Amino acid sequence: MSAADFSVLLPETILAVFAMGALLTAVYTRKDEMAQMLVWSSAAILLLIAMWIGLAPHDNRSAFGGMFIDDAYSRFAKVMILLSTAAVLVMSQDYMRRRGLLRFEYPVLIILASVGMMVMVSAGDLMVIYMGLELQSLSLYVVAALRRDSVKSTEAGLKYFVLGALSSGMLLYGASLTYGYAGTTRFDGIVSTLGADNLPLGLLFGLVFLAAGLAFKISAAPFHMWTPDVYEGSPTAITAFFATAPKVAAILLFGRLLHGAFGGAVADWQQILAFLSVISMFLGAIAAIGQRNIKRLMAYSSIAHMGYALMGLAAGSAAGVQAMLIYMAIYVTMNIGTFAFIMSMERNGQPVTDIASLNLYARQDPLRALAMLVLMFSLAGVPPLVGFFGKLYVLTAAMQAGLVWLAIAGVVASVIGAFYYLRVVYYMYFGEEGEALDTPRESLLSLFVLASAAAMVFGVFNLFGIEAPAAVAAATLVP
Amino acid sequence: MDNLLSLITFLPGVAALILAVFLRGEDEDAQSNAKWVALVATSLTFLLSLFVIFGFDPANTEFQFVEERDWILGLKYKMGVDGISVLFVMLTTFLMPLIIAACWEVKHRVKEYMIAFLMLETLMLGVFCALDLVLFYLFFEGGLIPMFLIIGIWGGKNRIYAAFKFFLYTFLGSVLMLVAMIAMYLDAGSTDIPTLLYHDFASESFSLLGIQIIGGLQTLLWLAFFASFAVKMPMWPVHTWLPDAHVQAPTAGSVVLAAILLKMGGYGFLRFSIPMFPVGSEVMGPLVLWLSAIAVVYTSLVALVQEDMKKLIAYSSVAHMGYVTMGIFALNQQGIDGAIFQMLSHGFISGALFLCVGVIYDRMHTREISAYGGLVNRMPAYAAVFMLFTMANVGLPGTSGFVGEFLTIMGVFQVNTWVAMIATTGVILSAAYALWLYRRVVMGDLIKESLKSITDMAPREKAIFAPLVVMTLLLGIYPSLVTDIIGPSVAALLADHQTALLEYELTHQHAAQAGQ
Repeated sequence: MSAADFSVLLPETILAVFAMGALLTAVYTRKDEMAQMLVWSSAAILLLIAMWIGLAPHDNRSAFGGMFIDDAYSRFAKVMILLSTAAVLVMSQDYMRRRGLLRFEYPVLIILASVGMMVMVSAGDLMVIYMGLELQSLSLYVVAALRRDSVKSTEAGLKYFVLGALSSGMLLYGASLTYGYAGTTRFDGIVSTLGADNLPLGLLFGLVFLAAGLAFKISAAPFHMWTPDVYEGSPTAITAFFATAPKVAAILLFGRLLHGAFGGAVADWQQILAFLSVISMFLGAIAAIGQRNIKRLMAYSSIAHMGYALMGLAAGSAAGVQAMLIYMAIYVTMNIGTFAFIMSMERNGQPVTDIASLNLYARQDPLRALAMLVLMFSLAGVPPLVGFFGKLYVLTAAMQAGLVWLAIAGVVASVIGAFYYLRVVYYMYFGEEGEALDTPRESLLSLFVLASAAAMVFGVFNLFGIEAPAAVAAATLVP
Repeated sequence: MDNLLSLITFLPGVAALILAVFLRGEDEDAQSNAKWVALVATSLTFLLSLFVIFGFDPANTEFQFVEERDWILGLKYKMGVDGISVLFVMLTTFLMPLIIAACWEVKHRVKEYMIAFLMLETLMLGVFCALDLVLFYLFFEGGLIPMFLIIGIWGGKNRIYAAFKFFLYTFLGSVLMLVAMIAMYLDAGSTDIPTLLYHDFASESFSLLGIQIIGGLQTLLWLAFFASFAVKMPMWPVHTWLPDAHVQAPTAGSVVLAAILLKMGGYGFLRFSIPMFPVGSEVMGPLVLWLSAIAVVYTSLVALVQEDMKKLIAYSSVAHMGYVTMGIFALNQQGIDGAIFQMLSHGFISGALFLCVGVIYDRMHTREISAYGGLVNRMPAYAAVFMLFTMANVGLPGTSGFVGEFLTIMGVFQVNTWVAMIATTGVILSAAYALWLYRRVVMGDLIKESLKSITDMAPREKAIFAPLVVMTLLLGIYPSLVTDIIGPSVAALLADHQTALLEYELTHQHAAQAGQ
């Protein structure tokens, strides 16, 4: 343990110290009155660190004997995580304040969660995975139940906690099995014990349990049960957070684990991932059809989207990892815009989440309705919007790896899924006259909706240049 | 001008963006501004496209006006036209100003309506100009969004069902094509259409899930593309979305759908299926011929019993598209010339017929055939125009409808006499339903009380029909206008096709001999 090790860990350290400092200051001074200032300063520091990580030139380094890795892959992930966290914080500030939820713990917990996520994507060791994962999860359990006086919110928190603990247990069980058979918890150690032939049975079991634990975290079917309830029960701002950064962190951790620790056994885990992927895509597409609540709908939508991202991982190649990274970046951008829209859905000052309440919204607010239309078509993966390119990348990667059946299943699921996105459009544009929603008061949320929609349209030109960094990131993970 | 095609393609889109961003309000002035912007933009596009047709060299069978730029994922932004596509570009740019003029009386959300049509024009032109697989797919699928909205927002009573059916049906067909496109990309290492035209996709038969697939990969790819184009075309038995979409769409929407969107299927067959998968086309060709023959007869019979005018014309469109697919898969010069001719002529005729329905629908707000009768007494000019297009639809010599049908049937006759014979009965049936429709709507005494005050066509309506009348007669009397342009490209297409087939048969014989 040396100064060099800590310098690799510097961004995480700064954030953690900031979170603790904020906690202490708030506790000993004016408490919740500070919350608003804390939100803004947290967002600012997240943004600064994201810029530092993203823009400053870095070498690929590792610390603590390879337990903590700082490479292009983790930097790509961290930038995504930090930016989306900052965006959600800024977006949610007014929503939380008006509902009396803006306590000082909120920004602190979010920052701690993002530290956890940064550790997850940098993990080079099974223990580090667990540490990062738990730091992230524990913070998230609490924010899910932030609205203490609401039965639904506390139920969401509890459900998330119980099922999350179960999944952590499975993950730990898998980790201990892996340790038992490989003799080490370090990724590079595990990968070197893998022979040329099939995985030893014990390691295979370990891998399956690890995969199941992580599938819980990314809400891939059949481990998705918690998602709709938690999405529905949590305050919308928190749901927006759940749908973005933690998903990125968990699936990128999944990629790191599979390629870093089990890189030699692609054939063994490819079928597991293909199975998770196909089940998620179909479940997400079919179960969402009956939903009347837009938050539940987005929950199923995110399950389906995770299925597509897993398709990229299932390819087991650098192209697949690159496709997954691009897919996640696009997914996060779309979801931020969509949740900004959902957050601004109110009637008489109360939040509404019924899809039918969007009746003829296009007449009331044409510009925002148009933006939402773009986002919906983009989520459905209809060209020429950017959402389509995410699908194109993962489909190409999957077919390159010979998973033609998976690609065909994916496109069929996307047609089924298109139905419910179209239903949102249908309510906004063709519906019948109903009780109108309030005109949104804040321009900030509208700004996020419009910016996200604009990104979906204008990204067609070059995807904002994320293709090259994603390729570099994928190349460091899968040489 | 190096980027003429991009200019033409994106000009309407830019106009749509300007409308979306700068035009505010729903009052009379704003509405009329929106219409004028749309009309000027589409007219300008047409004028610009004249440079393409006059600068086009028919003798050169390569792509012309080519422009190329790098894009993401190793794809290229590449546009260009050849003899097969250039006339479709012209058809689109020619019809769009007329279509905009046809919706001059729309009062409901005019700005959005114009934006939707302008976006649609950009996407349609893109389909015919794109020379990159994914770029093509982008435009091809993108067209669904504005059309979905046009049907859903401005459509008739049952519009929501029709809009969803339209979207999901065509989307399902197209995504299989997307998978095939990715497979082609991985096989050939390029998405450049001119390169792919010369790429030999594997055609060795193999067995998949216990089924022997003759023509191997080519047949599978051909089927995936077929799924998309057959739905778009539409071919029997996947045509059922079309009558619903047509009936519910507003007049202008029906015109675009019938006149241009349906042509994308036929264009796709000519651009992809035949040149890229010659063996697949050869294997599956007879199936298409028979499906087309069934389509012609079956949908003509269905058209006979319709009580809704638009539905009748929609079924007649399916029947006419049957001739197109038949002509394409006859795989000879007459057949393909005829198919392209039929598509262009159908663009004018079916568009005009839907406009004819629109004229009386605007006055009476019903499309029921039984609500009309004896219109000739009060609407002589309308009766004359409707007469001309009814005859053209039947395929009367002297109109463009005749040339298309004659050429396709002649092409098919050389390949499969039975199919040609069955298809010819369709000509008789089309006369039956079209003339009967005309008889019920226009002829007879005007006895219905509600029709007593109906007015004849306004100058605006006459002005819209005039160019269509001219084109229908011009192409009917002097078809060389079209065939001179498409002829060399079609000949080159067929020559390549024959060479590829010959090679396939040679290798097959070698394999067979080696096996012995």
